[in-house]
Amino acid sequence: VVGAGGGSNDVQWCFSQVKGAIDDDVAEADIISTVEFNHSGELLATGDKGGRVVIFQQEIENKSQPQCRSEYNVYSTFQSHEPEFDYLKSLEIEEKINKIRWLPQKNAAQFLLSTNDKTIKLWKISERDKRPEGYNLKEEDGRYIDPNTVTALRVPVFRPMDLMVEASPRRVFANAHTYHINSISINSDHETYLSADDLRINLWHQEITDRSFNIVDIKPANMEELTEVITAAEFHPHQCNTFVYSSSKGTIRLCDMRASALCDTHSKLFEEPEDPSNRSFFSEIISSISDVKFSHNGRYMMTRDYLSVKIWDLNMESRPVETYQVHEYLRNKLCSLYENDCIFDKFECCWNGNDSVVMTGSYNNFFRMFDRGQRRDVTLEASREGSKPQQVLKPRKVCADGKRKKDEISVDSLDFNKKILHTAWHPQDNVIAVATTNNLYIFQDKVN
Amino acid sequence: MINTMECAVDAQSLISISLRKIHNSRTQRGGIKLHKNLLVSYVLRNARQVYMNEKYAEIYRMQQYEEVMTVCNEIQELNPLDLAEDCEEQSGDCCGNDGVSEPASLCCALLPVSHLTAVQSAHIQAPSACSAPLSLQSDEVCKETEPSFYRSCCAEAYPVSNWDFSTVNNNLHCNKTTVLDLDTHVVTTVENGYLHQDCCASFQQCCQGAQSPAKKRKVDFEYYISDIEEVPDFTPCKRAKFEDCSYANSEHLDTSNISNLISIFGSGFSGLVSRQADFEQALNGQFCSKQALASLGAWTRAIVAF
Repeated sequence: VVGAGGGSNDVQWCFSQVKGAIDDDVAEADIISTVEFNHSGELLATGDKGGRVVIFQQEIENKSQPQCRSEYNVYSTFQSHEPEFDYLKSLEIEEKINKIRWLPQKNAAQFLLSTNDKTIKLWKISERDKRPEGYNLKEEDGRYIDPNTVTALRVPVFRPMDLMVEASPRRVFANAHTYHINSISINSDHETYLSADDLRINLWHQEITDRSFNIVDIKPANMEELTEVITAAEFHPHQCNTFVYSSSKGTIRLCDMRASALCDTHSKLFEEPEDPSNRSFFSEIISSISDVKFSHNGRYMMTRDYLSVKIWDLNMESRPVETYQVHEYLRNKLCSLYENDCIFDKFECCWNGNDSVVMTGSYNNFFRMFDRGQRRDVTLEASREGSKPQQVLKPRKVCADGKRKKDEISVDSLDFNKKILHTAWHPQDNVIAVATTNNLYIFQDKVN
Repeated sequence: MINTMECAVDAQSLISISLRKIHNSRTQRGGIKLHKNLLVSYVLRNARQVYMNEKYAEIYRMQQYEEVMTVCNEIQELNPLDLAEDCEEQSGDCCGNDGVSEPASLCCALLPVSHLTAVQSAHIQAPSACSAPLSLQSDEVCKETEPSFYRSCCAEAYPVSNWDFSTVNNNLHCNKTTVLDLDTHVVTTVENGYLHQDCCASFQQCCQGAQSPAKKRKVDFEYYISDIEEVPDFTPCKRAKFEDCSYANSEHLDTSNISNLISIFGSGFSGLVSRQADFEQALNGQFCSKQALASLGAWTRAIVAF
């Protein structure tokens, strides 16, 4: 049943599960702010605006019922970050989890990094299914035994107990960022990781919390000359010396840490010249890159700006090799989208396991998949209406002009409050996690 | 060149929307978002550019009209009976629109100030110039300008008092346009379509006049910044004061505030950003707004104040 992701045309996506509250009244703390599968795909972590992390675990497949792929159930829930107040600067620090990144598994426990605007934390998630019993000086309920009454000694033994999943903070990496952290990325060396804010990128060792190295600093001497900020950063999946960072100007810089201690000078600069005929008041906003992701094979990277997804070959800096329009029909609506702040939404993007399909979110709870090989794309919707088990998702279509066909949705009836910013693809299987405002949808391909 | 097809007139509303966003961002949880405010400043800059371009086009057209009128007046002095009609036609051709109102009265009103309207590039020709060559010249000029200029040139109705910021304000008669001529350093005001000279003021004086609203704004701006710096919680009375300033209320946004706020943000991503960015140096609000307004000097040469 486990197979590499096929083309989006071959795959029929079915509803599997939905997590989260049903009611329409969304509590702000429940708004999902990040979604991430671990390296095996067995665990799925979400972070929310309230600073909470919820981890779902995929149950072992039920071999007797091959029709049902295994489901994800809640594995652990913990409060990762709390709101803080910086008294020196009179600033409140939001507890919203901006990013979660899983560490590669080294032992029985799982580790992940979670970050808010200012502080990164390393969490250990471990299982406890045994407990020691038979203490000499302690009763089972914890009461102490008078040593004078002990006549014989015994060795405590481990006995099975109900599974308990514990999450404990092992490291806190604080006070290294003046600006808001937007990215964390774990290096393939399994020892270091980077964190990026608007103007700086720091390199950390996973074990050392009291210092980090600043490797990129784009803060100008005079802040009046500020023209761009860092929007995302990621380590190369295999080359531990290489990382990229994207900017609000639509450029991506690839840096090699072997070149110098400070990577302000890039090794490569990826930039596509702007089309002058598309120039508008909002050109700078829509060219700002909201996410950058390396492909699993490390040969390509994908960037997301407001209207499109671009695939870049790391060997070609002059332009992307592929460009996919996510919702080009919004180009004429930029004025309204600016007024209601939607134009600032930061959409993420992701690759499937074999880098053949990419996925990103849109409005009206739509999400889009682009099959690179077959040059096909599909628009699907995450909604409770299509949420019967194994129900196949029907492709959606948005009608840009006035001639709306049956089953099409006109641009003006799109709900811009329902946005899918965060999506994740299982590293091996055709299982995807799609986050609406406060619900997490899990879809799988139809198992025949 | 910004594609003005979409929102040419909306440059003004975009400016007020952008300023409102910047204002609101200061009270948002989590502190000022540097990225978002940088993007907003780009929109502000783009909108201001379009706005300024259109304003310059207006001024240029107005001066073209004044030249024609001047020539007509001179001709009229020579032969008032014959050429008044010609002049009206010419003025209509020059501006290429039908929105000209009260040209005759303008003609009369312009009499005393004919000597003020010289723009270096324009040449007042001989009395016989109230004829094709002059209108051709203005047409050529119209065509030579960028499309956005051209569009403003020919599409806007004259007089400029029609350009009314406040949609709420139906006051049709009270609009003034004050123009600072950069070369002669003379301030002129068009009121109700009547052009008259304000003063043969010195440059400093004109700048004073232009800056006094800025001073008022500076106080508010400083207050605004220092408020954020010192007081973590925003008490209702202070918030009410913001509203008094009509800073946030875009419907009644004073046009002088637009120009001055444009100036403040015009020279770069100053004021707003320097406040957050220089936390490490613990700059206070006073310094930041001074820094912002120090760069105002670069813009005083190009100020069009209402």
